[in-house]
Amino acid sequence: MKGMVEIRWHGRGGQGVVTAGEILAEAAMEEGKYFQAFPDYGPERMGAPIKAYTRISDSPIEIHSQITSPDIVVVVDPTLIGLVNVAEGLKDGGTIVLNTSLSPQEAREKLGLEGKNVRVFTVDASQIAMKYFGRNIPNTPMLGALVKATGLVSLESVIRLTEERLGTKVSEDIIQANVKAIKEAYETVKEG
Amino acid sequence: MAKQIVKALDGAKAVAEAMRQIEPDVVAAYPITPQTEIVQTFSQFVADGLVNTEFIPVESEHAAMSACIGASAAGARVMTATAANGLALMWETLYIAASLRLPIVMSVVNRALSAPLNIHCDHSDSMGARDAGWIQIFAENPQEAYDNTIQAIRIAEHPDILLPVMSMQDGFITGHGVERVEVLEDKAVKEFVGEYKALYSLLDIDQPKTFGAWAFYDYYFEFKRQQTEALSKVPQVVREIGKEYGELSGRYYDLFSAYELDDAEVAIVVLASTAGTARVVVRKLRQEGIKVGLLKPRLYRPFPGKELVEALKHVKVIGVMDRSIAFGSIEGCGPLFLDLCASFYTYGNGKGPQIVDYIFGLGGRDILPEQIEGMVKELLRIAETGKVPYRVGYLGLRE
Repeated sequence: MKGMVEIRWHGRGGQGVVTAGEILAEAAMEEGKYFQAFPDYGPERMGAPIKAYTRISDSPIEIHSQITSPDIVVVVDPTLIGLVNVAEGLKDGGTIVLNTSLSPQEAREKLGLEGKNVRVFTVDASQIAMKYFGRNIPNTPMLGALVKATGLVSLESVIRLTEERLGTKVSEDIIQANVKAIKEAYETVKEG
Repeated sequence: MAKQIVKALDGAKAVAEAMRQIEPDVVAAYPITPQTEIVQTFSQFVADGLVNTEFIPVESEHAAMSACIGASAAGARVMTATAANGLALMWETLYIAASLRLPIVMSVVNRALSAPLNIHCDHSDSMGARDAGWIQIFAENPQEAYDNTIQAIRIAEHPDILLPVMSMQDGFITGHGVERVEVLEDKAVKEFVGEYKALYSLLDIDQPKTFGAWAFYDYYFEFKRQQTEALSKVPQVVREIGKEYGELSGRYYDLFSAYELDDAEVAIVVLASTAGTARVVVRKLRQEGIKVGLLKPRLYRPFPGKELVEALKHVKVIGVMDRSIAFGSIEGCGPLFLDLCASFYTYGNGKGPQIVDYIFGLGGRDILPEQIEGMVKELLRIAETGKVPYRVGYLGLRE
């Protein structure tokens, strides 16, 4: 299990959470790593709280359980903070990256993580998404924030794979808006 | 070894990719839930003109298998996919496909059967079809699902066999789980599966044939005997093709795979994706000096009982993990347990390990390494004391 990182994503149906996990996995693949990306599906419906998981490792991944003690938690939807125990099981020394307008200190307090050996990062990904897409789909900016916070994969890989992933589905304008959103989140994410 | 491309694919897309490369003559499938992404992805390949396959979207799963049977009897190479209640609805036609000796390959993404409504993984669906005369092969991960799909064509169409194959993987866990998959080049797959030339065809009007006509007490019995005879030859063919595929891909396949089993005192026997989780547990416990091993059956039908007994006869206690219940069987056990017990009774020369069954993961209930570890500790206690507290236990059940 040496060198394996386990990530849990929290979001709502329709926000592209599963897609974000898959893009991260594909970026890991490009960097020659092993990976898993899988959703935790309930009844699939727009707006319902959902979880997704990503594992990244230097060696083949054999475990097929869900992730109960993640190294990293990514919260894509700000309204889940306080509603779902997003920090549940987060490892000592772990990292949580949140989409919120709160400062890292405020978020830490709100999640009851004061004094805990956990790195807290915040970025207003919803605001970034509204600015560039006019819609609250914060999945791609959260990838930018995650990359900055953790250095798991390179920003270039994430941008290229987002372009590839969106390539057949949306216009070039929207692809470029996503790239800008990823970069802005990368630059504006704060630790505290 | 052939060149391969690394892709990020979930188990369903990995199977669809194999189907694209195999490019069967006919795919008949039901395109609505409980269908998986396999058919959606493959139908996109058809719409995009990437394959020259006749795709028949039908009105039910019963119709899907019926159309597959007709096409296969006509001499076509035929594939389909299903899951859960869809497979259950095929029940009648499954027996017909096997009895007509039609080498149809069907991908099954294992999901629980209703009721209550559930879309998640367990093995109830394909276990319900285990006596239908089909060959059944389980995959641990998307890579194996891809590899097994390609090999299944050769197994089904082997002149000594001519039987349909179900190629299984775990719903959602690998069916929707994106993993690293090494994909062969199209040409290599096409060469490996070769051209299909049906031995008998309904459309061969120079040599007219009848399929499935009347056979009462005069000949029906003999047909059934021939089916068991054909099934008896499957293990040998599965091994040969697994070796040949290994030479092509670097990934060798056998009837089962063993891990740390040679000197094991207790062993876990489990199918599909949970075998990966169990291997992680075995590796951890081995580092603590615990003599535990793992056996993952790959071929489930025909059940390679003799070979499994040979591989497991030295252990003191076996913990079988069953992801379905064979309702009404002894102690409410699962089918894998039943098969293994029967195998030891038949091939064990009156000796054999204690075998305990653990039902787990029904309806997609997660199975954690800690739970498997707890089970191993219990197996060790049984090995030490000789006392079996219960024959059928449950992992992860809320009681």
